[in-house]
Amino acid sequence: MTPHVLTRSLDRGATIFVLVVAACGVLIPLSNLLLPAGSLFQVPTYLVALWGKYVCYAILALSIDLIWGYCGILSLGHGAFFALGGYAMGMYLMRQIGARGVYGNPNLPDFMVFLNWQKLPWYWSGFDMFWFAALMVIVVPGLLAFCFGWFAFRSRVTGVYLSIITQAMTYALLLGFFRNDFGFGGNNGLTDFKDILGFNVQADGTRAALFALSCLGLIIAFLICRAVVTSKLGKVLIAIRDAESRTRFIGYRVESYKLFVFTLSACMAGVAGALYVPQVGIINPSEFAPGNSIEAVIWVAVGGRGTLAGAALGAIVVNYAKTFFTSGPLAPYWLFMLGALFILVTLLLPKGIVGTFSAWWGPFKERRLLAADAASAAREDGVSEPNPAE
Amino acid sequence: MNVMDTRATSALLYLDGVHVSFDGFHAINNLSLTLAPGEMRAIIGPNGAGKTTMMDIITGKTKPDEGSVLFDGITDLTRLDETRIAELGIGRKFQKPTVFESQTIEDNLLLALNVDHSVRGTLFWRGSKAEAERIDRVLEIIRLTDARRRLAGSLSHGQKQWLEIGMLLAQDPKLLLVDEPVAGMTDVETHQTAELLKEINKEKTVMVVEHDMTFVRELGVKVTCLHEGTVLAEGTIDQVSSNERVIEVYLGR
Repeated sequence: MTPHVLTRSLDRGATIFVLVVAACGVLIPLSNLLLPAGSLFQVPTYLVALWGKYVCYAILALSIDLIWGYCGILSLGHGAFFALGGYAMGMYLMRQIGARGVYGNPNLPDFMVFLNWQKLPWYWSGFDMFWFAALMVIVVPGLLAFCFGWFAFRSRVTGVYLSIITQAMTYALLLGFFRNDFGFGGNNGLTDFKDILGFNVQADGTRAALFALSCLGLIIAFLICRAVVTSKLGKVLIAIRDAESRTRFIGYRVESYKLFVFTLSACMAGVAGALYVPQVGIINPSEFAPGNSIEAVIWVAVGGRGTLAGAALGAIVVNYAKTFFTSGPLAPYWLFMLGALFILVTLLLPKGIVGTFSAWWGPFKERRLLAADAASAAREDGVSEPNPAE
Repeated sequence: MNVMDTRATSALLYLDGVHVSFDGFHAINNLSLTLAPGEMRAIIGPNGAGKTTMMDIITGKTKPDEGSVLFDGITDLTRLDETRIAELGIGRKFQKPTVFESQTIEDNLLLALNVDHSVRGTLFWRGSKAEAERIDRVLEIIRLTDARRRLAGSLSHGQKQWLEIGMLLAQDPKLLLVDEPVAGMTDVETHQTAELLKEINKEKTVMVVEHDMTFVRELGVKVTCLHEGTVLAEGTIDQVSSNERVIEVYLGR
């Protein structure tokens, strides 16, 4: 089973992607830790953390591409699943602070002491254990996506209506998490983390390890997506994207497929959020902002919808541009640039960077394959009978 | 209705007193029709006569306001959804050819095969020899063997129609509903399609909706003419085409 899935999933492009991410995941942390500071090839710690953030965004972009690029579900609320995964990890990190908080209360996070709460709310129990938090990182976004999808897909909500209710979902969560009595730190969210699994989150070694783990997460997420889209299920997803009612009339239960892929995607987004939080050191309700989810969709559009590797690339390219432009004199214009980018990509590069590249490279490759086919066919003909045309 | 165990009718498809209205417009009006097992039936009628709506009702896309629709004498189709009805063995070709354009012809047929359609089944699917052979056979019947690796979107209109019929064959249904199979085809292709449907009819029950009277004549089967959602005339092509009412509303003088 496994070797079969691997050979099927790993075509040349996919292998290159995995190797590049793996190389980054190994070389960047090593260069940060082993080379002397200030050396030309040494990657400074602030860059490791920044790039680690991009890698988490790349995982989020993959999860969006899986549902949008392959199944045609345009979720404009995927940031919610990312943020929920982030909060689950943040809750673990908060519990790790223990008595080292400002108020020194060993049982309650600072913000609860500040709000005069006497004991930990029931839904915080278990988050002092890493395995439990790690499980919740996957289960909570997955469960929300499952319930949401159950109702939405069974009622056959599609297209722009679905996009709007996903926006409403993330906005509702934004408002909820802003409230202090919700029990997740309100406006300020969760921050001031000290350590993760006993390692100081600020230490260079921890940051390098988190970066490597994020790269590993990206590779695993990519391989899962590839395994899904290259299976027969992937063909069904594309069929649903292109002609949903046709797929029903052939006898596929479309809502089950959508539910499966939407839930899987939400779980991946949750993992991305969980890897993100210890690297940026904070999670607050602004992660639920509808704008974040829309931005993530733009990354996928820029990189190339339905290409997986393109989605990851788009996330990295757009976020690099964001960092570059928002730290210079052009900072006030970033949102205009982002909007213009979306419009230009839609008009000029509707297949995104990777899609356009393969459209340009594809015919060339096909011609080569056809030539090879023709050559082998000619050989076979030559053996059986002389060519009547000659 | 007491139709759980005993067959209410020997017909494969049985529509009785079916009514459907959309916002006050009576698309289907007291429609009754039976199709015997193994039969091929041609349905004709002017635009808006309710031909496509009737197919929508049979395949579960539209729920009738009144009336019963029985499949195989025991199954009440009005209670089931599209997927369930397809699983029972009713296949449908749409008026506008609908194939999966961004996938290859082979994959279109693979998707249509009536094998395990569950999420789990397709996720862990591995091709079998039997499946490959079935696809090969269908490719031969629809004469697209050489084009098997091409994207369905690159086919001509007529070829798409054939691919869609091929998908119906791969589905291996008991009843095929074929909506305007020769629209946009050349005369030769039309003739070939008639031959193909006759061939298919040797094993399966077929209902064909078509405007092309030459084609209907070539099929040489019982014809039902619909008008304003109800049956106007039924019989051989000669009987129907000489019917005064049919000439008046549909064929023209």
